[in-house]
Amino acid sequence: MRQAWSLLLAFTGACASAGARTAQQPASPVAAPPPSPAVPAAESTSVNRPQYPSTYQRHPNPPVLIRNATIMTATGQEIPNGAILFKDGRIVAVGGGAKVDAPADAVVVDGTGRYVTPGLIDDHSHLGVYAAPATDAESDGNEATNPVTAEVWAEHSFWPQDPQIPLAIAGGITTIQALPGSANLIGGRSAILKLIPARTVQEMKFPGAHYGLKMACGENPKRVYGKKGGPSTRMGNMAGYRAAFIQAESYRRRWDTWNKDHKGDPPERNLRLESLVEVLRGNMYVQNHCYRADEMAQMLDLAREFGFKIRSFHHAVESYKIADLIAKAGTSVSVWADWWGFKEEAMDGIQQNAALNQQAGGRPVIHSDDPSGIQRLNQEAAKAMYAGQRSGIPVTRDQAIRWVTANPAWTLGLDSIVGTLEPGKMADLVVWSGDPFSVYSKAVQVYNDGWLVYDRKDPAHQPRTDFEIGQVPAPGSDR
Amino acid sequence: MIAFLLAQTIAIAGGTVYPASGPKLANATVLIRDGRIAAVGTNVSVPSDATRIDATGKWVTPGLIDGAGQLGLVEISAVPGTREAILQGDSIAAAFNVTEGINPASTLIPVTRIEGITTALAVPAGHLVSGQAVLIDLDGATIEQMLVKSPVGVVADLSESGKDEAGASRAESADRLRRVFRDALEYERRKADFGRAQMRPLAASAADLEALLPVVHGREPLIAVANRRSDIETALRLAREFKLKLVLSGGAEAWEIAPELAAAGVPVLVEPLDNIPSYDALGIRYENAALLAKAGVSVALLETNTHNSRDLRQQAGNAVSYGMTWDQALRAVTLTPAQIFGVADRYGSLEAGKVANVVVWSGDPFEFTTGVEHVLIRGKEIPLKSRQTELFERYKKLPPAY
Repeated sequence: MRQAWSLLLAFTGACASAGARTAQQPASPVAAPPPSPAVPAAESTSVNRPQYPSTYQRHPNPPVLIRNATIMTATGQEIPNGAILFKDGRIVAVGGGAKVDAPADAVVVDGTGRYVTPGLIDDHSHLGVYAAPATDAESDGNEATNPVTAEVWAEHSFWPQDPQIPLAIAGGITTIQALPGSANLIGGRSAILKLIPARTVQEMKFPGAHYGLKMACGENPKRVYGKKGGPSTRMGNMAGYRAAFIQAESYRRRWDTWNKDHKGDPPERNLRLESLVEVLRGNMYVQNHCYRADEMAQMLDLAREFGFKIRSFHHAVESYKIADLIAKAGTSVSVWADWWGFKEEAMDGIQQNAALNQQAGGRPVIHSDDPSGIQRLNQEAAKAMYAGQRSGIPVTRDQAIRWVTANPAWTLGLDSIVGTLEPGKMADLVVWSGDPFSVYSKAVQVYNDGWLVYDRKDPAHQPRTDFEIGQVPAPGSDR
Repeated sequence: MIAFLLAQTIAIAGGTVYPASGPKLANATVLIRDGRIAAVGTNVSVPSDATRIDATGKWVTPGLIDGAGQLGLVEISAVPGTREAILQGDSIAAAFNVTEGINPASTLIPVTRIEGITTALAVPAGHLVSGQAVLIDLDGATIEQMLVKSPVGVVADLSESGKDEAGASRAESADRLRRVFRDALEYERRKADFGRAQMRPLAASAADLEALLPVVHGREPLIAVANRRSDIETALRLAREFKLKLVLSGGAEAWEIAPELAAAGVPVLVEPLDNIPSYDALGIRYENAALLAKAGVSVALLETNTHNSRDLRQQAGNAVSYGMTWDQALRAVTLTPAQIFGVADRYGSLEAGKVANVVVWSGDPFEFTTGVEHVLIRGKEIPLKSRQTELFERYKKLPPAY
């Protein structure tokens, strides 16, 4: 019931947030700025000023060589007895053990019996916005005051001291998309964050990430607004999205006109429409909570009507029914391994959903939408992979590790920076005690941008939030 | 009470048998006759008319028992018309027995049993005293055919959620229960006076007090939901005062007083994969089950998400990952819950005379690589089909052949 009620009461939702693309790169005293994704030529939405910029800085860490480990690169390779070297936050070399040399100042980690994967990425989390303890006071994920709240940004709710954050780090998570809930048709911008201990959310903001815009189909918006002025039906939901984007088109035209010569007063800013215009311009990615196959087909048509792309359908429990249509549209699906039945639109969930989308040429992601599930995304990917294999769908181990690494990196527009183990990529990686697809394996070390942010064997590398101090037993403590 | 349909003789031969009541047996046979286990061993003679299941290279275990959830009592969580586990109104609902709310045709039942869960506790929820939990096998066309034991115990909630029902103080939860237990005994002594309306008002209805009599006489367990250490200690205090047979459910901070629980002989029902702190359970941690087992507490493992009761084996695997031995974890999803629910004479292990709930796995039941190959409930082989397998068959090639 834990999971079912969180879904019913918290309303899972998609979220996306676009960072201002000016002045986003932090001045780092310790390293070159991390690589940035290709961003379309800066096309001013309406303002040209820093908006809550990332202050992320790479944490200094000596070079590290992990050797004698099985390296799962998420690029098609599983290298037995392999080695990986990273320095200044970047992966320098990956390969067979003999081929990688360590600089003199490198920390050498013996990975015998261990596996190394890219850091896991959860593209659907409510950490920080639905923090623990789950009180009304910490319930900051749904601005359920209007069916369209594209103007709210998840980062403005995000609480960096959420005690769920260290738990997720210990599960090997290095990047999350923190989304607004799914009460609203358009719930607001997501926050795309490095999952590290920090005092402010700005320190966690992934530099250069594309904001996502959370949109939601189906039962949740019509339940929340059915007796509050609507929408009360699925057709009402559709009309609501269309009305919002029609306004955004008009807003975009007014700003485009003014931007030509900057004559006269600029049009009045409208935060709601600013977000939507970023979607129309392709700078912000639509992250769409949607369960039923027929509704996803409607949403693909909505996107065509207004000329944008849906980056990923989230939850998408019926995506296997139209996996061909979704793959053809170039849209991803972010799904659970086996959740189903907690509401009517989730009744047709099956365990082969991810595998069938893979088979259809799609780009499946295993997401959590849950503070417990985020701690074992590797296990959830394993369940979904083996469920597929047992049903005769030839899912490979590499494909399945991509479900929680490279594919969510793509849904967040970060696939050129993270998600695989390749020279030049950011050194986000996890050392596992054994095969990450075994129920008995745990993350033993987690590196985020080269920083040893978690070490299961070393309390000095087990971050704790302020909330936990004096209240929650320390890891391994017998209190 | 148990109905055995389709009496026949089945031999599961050649597998490694993990009986849960003792050490594993390599290349062993489980012989099943008329729904019961007739013999288990490495030297079992198989009658010529037996249906043979080849388990070579496979693992054979008792069917798993999930001591949580609402199997049969809920179809779609968000649709009230399909929920049967919460009585409206009364905060003392001891007389509420969930049995007749069970839907034998629930789609959750095949989804669950084809992954090796053969028996489950159907648990009432809500209120200070929620009602009576019953144990069911996950097969049968009628409620009577499914029922294993009713009631198994009365559920009371001493946690944060229960106190909201009692009046928003933990002290009131405990005191209310005390008054109810006392009045149950008083009611029993003075039934005649009660019948003539010559008694003061009682702390609960006569039906609820009547339902609590087996509990206050220690014949039937009080299944107390408690997470905070002080709430667990309150449950222990009440159990001492009234000589109750106590079973703890939840028990998030039970690890903090594991030796006391072991000494008191109080078993704990634990969901291993639960470590999100709340004000009801700031000390919650993954190692709970292992620390309790190590201290000698009788521990049964739970998957509380009814729709995914099938993930009980993932729960067990993670309990091992966080310190239980594999053998402890197997017992914690088979024999131990059978003992806690008072059915170990019939359930929970592969031993001659027990009900033939048996699962043949392709490997370690707790591993994701492992699939279920055969499920037998009361000696009847269950087809490995569910609404979900049928949806998969329909959509595995697109477009579907409608």
